[in-house]
Amino acid sequence: MSILGQQQAGVLFDAPGPRARARQRLYSVLAFVLAIGVAAFVYLGFNKTWEDVLDAPGSLFTAEVWQVDEAGQWSAEKWEPFLDPAIWTDMVLPGMMNTLHAAAVAAVLAIVFGIVFGVGRLSEHWWIRAFCGAVVEFFRAIPLLILIFFTLATPLAANQLLGVPFGTFQVSPLTAVIVGLTLYNGSVLAEVFRAGINAVPRGQAEAAYSLGMNKTQVMTFILIPQAVTSMMPAIVAQLVVLLKDSALGYIVAFPELLRGFSLIGTRFNNVIPAAIVCAAIYIIINLALGRLAVWLERRNAQRGKATAKPATAPGVQDVGPADRTGAAAEPRGRGEPGGPSGPPTPPAR
Amino acid sequence: MEAFLDNSGAIIDGFSWTVRLALISALFSFILGVVLTAMRVSPVPLLRGMAAVYVEGIRNTPLTLVLLFCGLGLNSGLGLSFHESVQWNVYWLAVLGLSAYTACFVSEALRSGINTIPFGQIEAARSLGLTFLQNMRLIVLPQALRSVIGPLGSVLIALIKNTTVASVAGLGVQEASRQMKLMFDQGVVPVIPTFIGFAIGFLVLCLPTGYLFGWLSKRLAVAR
Repeated sequence: MSILGQQQAGVLFDAPGPRARARQRLYSVLAFVLAIGVAAFVYLGFNKTWEDVLDAPGSLFTAEVWQVDEAGQWSAEKWEPFLDPAIWTDMVLPGMMNTLHAAAVAAVLAIVFGIVFGVGRLSEHWWIRAFCGAVVEFFRAIPLLILIFFTLATPLAANQLLGVPFGTFQVSPLTAVIVGLTLYNGSVLAEVFRAGINAVPRGQAEAAYSLGMNKTQVMTFILIPQAVTSMMPAIVAQLVVLLKDSALGYIVAFPELLRGFSLIGTRFNNVIPAAIVCAAIYIIINLALGRLAVWLERRNAQRGKATAKPATAPGVQDVGPADRTGAAAEPRGRGEPGGPSGPPTPPAR
Repeated sequence: MEAFLDNSGAIIDGFSWTVRLALISALFSFILGVVLTAMRVSPVPLLRGMAAVYVEGIRNTPLTLVLLFCGLGLNSGLGLSFHESVQWNVYWLAVLGLSAYTACFVSEALRSGINTIPFGQIEAARSLGLTFLQNMRLIVLPQALRSVIGPLGSVLIALIKNTTVASVAGLGVQEASRQMKLMFDQGVVPVIPTFIGFAIGFLVLCLPTGYLFGWLSKRLAVAR
């Protein structure tokens, strides 16, 4: 175990000997060839020269097929818009501001909604528990998009039910997106807060009661602050989901980041460069948020505070050499594994 | 109520597309997710890197963008086409996008399942001389799968809900949410009953799935 280039043994395999290393080199080469093949196909396809190759397979090895085609997506002029400051200030930034605006407002509202309904599910009165449980379960089980469509149709509903004439009030796509994001993510966060409050050591509440605090005071001054602190990583992870879901606004013509890029794509006929730049922006923002969640979790661990996790999600640690970045303690929600599915599980005491 | 009943054909049609999208995408995303998981823990650094870049990249991209790319990029740009008829073509494009996206979450869930396997199991398998692939196939994946049935159920529910995004302009699968939007746009159906009807439709799809996976995860939990 000391010669140059020796790999460390991972969890699932031993340190490779000479034959294994030779085999791994072979696999690496195969994987590399496969990746290059896919990349070449994509390059030629968007270069508009793939048809030429299909017509005459021999031309794959000629230079003109590989040259950047003016009509293709890789030509310099298709990328030039992104070097133009005016494009960024006129089309990208307004969209970005709209996305961040919707996400920020929805995030604040969702956290408030989550605290209210999370506490409501722990109420001593059965009807409050039942009501909050029904609301949370309902909004978690229906697609966000349907919620947004419904919010947009509320003027029509008001007209049908109450005879409110059209035009009395308008629902803008921004409002619809914020309402949808708030109700859905707020419901997911309600479960997070409920788990967080249950995870606060029992002695805390008992000590507070013994000091003569009433239920409301115990909740407000003792339990909620500690639950929010311990659940911070899960909350931030949910914000990644919320930010990604704000792109659904595209479907209801809300002028957010993705729509800004699709406008650029149609204007300059550069769909692919636009998609690549747009994805890069989302990935950078979300990876930063993911890092923040991991950092918060570490900080909690260093301060000796537990990061509470709902009982349903298996904790994620490192597996072997796979470097884990991004995801926080508790990936949950839309397209995220780990949320409680179906029946609410009894809180772990 | 009349207007709603007149649309029952469209509603059933919409939900049939939803179910088809969800089932086929679930199958493909599961296969791809297992492959990605194996790549992420494999001894070959290049494979690990490729899988990590794929998962981290796609996972942090909005699904709307992924499906829009399938419609505008792959179909209009690359000329990728699966079927002569338009509705089946956009269906398969949507399946491609949904599978590529969901596979990341399947892979993340499975990787967290590998953590639950006692270290000794894997060491014992290695000491018996099992190769990496044998180890994965016989020891690791079966146990990991059984421990992540619950999270996989959540992924499946999320996938059922995510099929609504396939209605995005530029793709336009005629699934349930699009049918509902079309009805609202006509402005003749009663809004609230229609919304509740569609919501119940999704509840009927999602809640039993949740209970089934919850039951399965208890039933198949690895006794330790």
